[in-house]
Amino acid sequence: MTTAAPTCTVIRGHAAGFWRDIVAVAGRALRQMRREPASFLPAVFIPAFFYVVNLGALGHVAEKGGLDYKAFLLPMAIAFAVTGVSRAPTLVTDIQSGYFDRLCLTPVRRLALLLGLMVADIVVIISLTIAVLSLGFAVGVRFSTGIGGVLVFIAFAALWGLVFTGFPYAVALKTGSPAAVNATFVVFFPFAFLTDAIIPRTDLTSWFSTVASYNPVTYLLGAQRSVIIGGWQSGALLEGLAALAGVGLVSMTMALVALRGRIRRGV
Amino acid sequence: MQDAVRYMEVPGTVSEAKSARSDAAIRAEGLVRRFGSHAAVDGVDLAVRPGEIYGFLGPNGAGKSTVVRMLCTLLGPSEGSAWVAGRDVVREPQAVRIRIGVALQEAALDDLQTGRELLRLQGRLFGLTSVQIKQRIAEVLRVVDIGDAVDRRVGTYSGGMKRRLDLAMALIHNPEVLFLDEPTTGLDPASRATVWEEVTRLNHELGMTIFLTTQYLEEADVLAHRVGIINRGKLVTEGAPETLKRSIANDLLVADVVGYDDAEALTRLVRLPGVLSATREGTRIAVQALDGSAVLSPVAITLAETHLEVRSITIRTPSLDDVFMALTGDHIETPV
Repeated sequence: MTTAAPTCTVIRGHAAGFWRDIVAVAGRALRQMRREPASFLPAVFIPAFFYVVNLGALGHVAEKGGLDYKAFLLPMAIAFAVTGVSRAPTLVTDIQSGYFDRLCLTPVRRLALLLGLMVADIVVIISLTIAVLSLGFAVGVRFSTGIGGVLVFIAFAALWGLVFTGFPYAVALKTGSPAAVNATFVVFFPFAFLTDAIIPRTDLTSWFSTVASYNPVTYLLGAQRSVIIGGWQSGALLEGLAALAGVGLVSMTMALVALRGRIRRGV
Repeated sequence: MQDAVRYMEVPGTVSEAKSARSDAAIRAEGLVRRFGSHAAVDGVDLAVRPGEIYGFLGPNGAGKSTVVRMLCTLLGPSEGSAWVAGRDVVREPQAVRIRIGVALQEAALDDLQTGRELLRLQGRLFGLTSVQIKQRIAEVLRVVDIGDAVDRRVGTYSGGMKRRLDLAMALIHNPEVLFLDEPTTGLDPASRATVWEEVTRLNHELGMTIFLTTQYLEEADVLAHRVGIINRGKLVTEGAPETLKRSIANDLLVADVVGYDDAEALTRLVRLPGVLSATREGTRIAVQALDGSAVLSPVAITLAETHLEVRSITIRTPSLDDVFMALTGDHIETPV
C-alpha cells in the first residue's frame, strides 16, 4: 500500500496578464473615486448650471426660429461635464509619493497602468453623461432616434471624454506636476468655445464659423445633435467619429510617449 | 582626504566574495549609473549569497538607493551588469520583478485604501488567485504584525504601521530576494526594534535573502551577516561587521585610576596574554587588546595589585563608523 505524502505548494507570483492588470488598476481607481466624491461632483454641477443659465438667457431668442434649443444645448452640457475628467491628478500623487514606483516593481504591464485608469475614467464619464442627460430629459428633451440614439449619444460622450484624458495623462507622466495637470484644462477652452456650442453655426459670424469648422468639437456636437434632433444621419455620425479619431490619435500618442519616457528614465 | 578613498581588503573577504559570485542571489559587476556627467554609482561589484542579510551602509547621497533601484529594475544602469535571483536585471526585468519584494525608502501607499485592499491589489498584480491572496495575506500577517489596522484606511496609520504594511506588501508573492531601502529611517526606537525583529524572523524562518540599505550603523551591525560600505558611488569595503571592525582596530580598555606609581602596572599589563600595549594618559590607562572582554578581569586584578585605585574601566570596541572613518576620513552621519 502506498500513501501519498501531503503536498505543500508554495505560492509564487507570476505575471497576471494584461486584462487582469487593467481590471486591478481600474478597481483601485474606482474605489478611490467612491471615497472622494468631491473630485468629480463639480463635473455634474458646473455643466448643469451652464445648461440652465444658457437655456434661461438665450432659449427664448433661439427658439424664435423654431430651433429646439433644449436639445441643441444638451451636447454642450455633456461635453463640459466629461471633458477633463481623469485620474491624472491622482497619477501625479502616485508619482510624487512613490506608489507609482511600487506598481512598477510588480510584473504589471506598463500600458495597463494607464489603460486601467482610463477604464475607470470611462465609468465615471458615462455616469456623468447619464446624470446630465437626465437633466435634459427632465426639461423635456426627447431623442428622435429613440433608445438607440441615446446609446450612441452616450458612446460619443464617453469616447470624447476618453480621448481628452490623453492630454492630462501625458502632462502628468511627463512632468509629475499637479499644477501642470490642472493647466491642461486650458486646452479645453478653445475646443469648447470656438465652436457652435451655444449658437447654431449658421448664426455665427463668418470668421467664427470658419474657425469652428476646424474645431473637432464642432463635429462631435454635430453628431450628438443629429441623434437628438435630426434622426439617423450617417454623414454627421461619421464626421463625429473622424473628429474623435483625430483628437484621440494626438492625445493617446502623447500619453503613450510620456508613459514610455517615464518608465525609461527610471520612473 | 575624502577623495582618497581606499579599498581595504579584509583577510578572507576577497576569496569569499569570489566563491559567492558563482551562486549569488544578487550579483553586480561594474555597475555604473550616471545622471548627466555625475556618476551616482561608479563601478560597484558585489555578490550576496542566498539566505544572507547584506547590509548596504553609507552616508546620505552615497549611492545606496540608486544601486537598489538598478537591482530592482526601476533604473537602467549606464554601464555594467547585474543579476538578481539568477536573472539579468536589464534583459529579464519581468522575471526579476516576479522574484523580488521591495520596500522602498518612503512607504509609498494609497491613503484612501485599507491595508487589506492594498495587499489584495498587490496579490492580483502578482497573478495570485483570490484564494491564494487570502492565504498569503493570512501568512504574511503572521510574520508582519499589523493587527486590526489591516482593515482600516492607510491614511489613519502611523509611520511605523505604514512601514510594516509596506513590508507585508513586499512579501505577498513569496519573493526569493527582499530589498529594504532604509526600512527604519524616521521611525521611533520601538518601531525600529519591531522592524528589526521582523527582518530577522524573515531571514531565520523563511531563509529569505535580504538586501538592506541603511544609514544606521547599529542596524547594519545587528542585522547584517555581511556589510558593504559605499561612499561617493564606490564600494569601499565589504565583509562581516566583526571582521571589518577587527581589521582596522583592536578593543581599547580605558581605566580611570587614582595614583601615580604606574610604571610597574604598565610593565605587568603588557605581559598579560592578549594585551598589545598599555599607555598612561593623565588619569587614564589605555590598554589595547585583541579581545577586550577576555582581558578585562586580568587587567582589573593587575591594577589592583599594583596599588592603583580603579574608579572605572570601560571597553571601547571599534564601530563600523570607525571603519568608514579609516577608509574615507569622514563619518557616516547617522540621522536623528
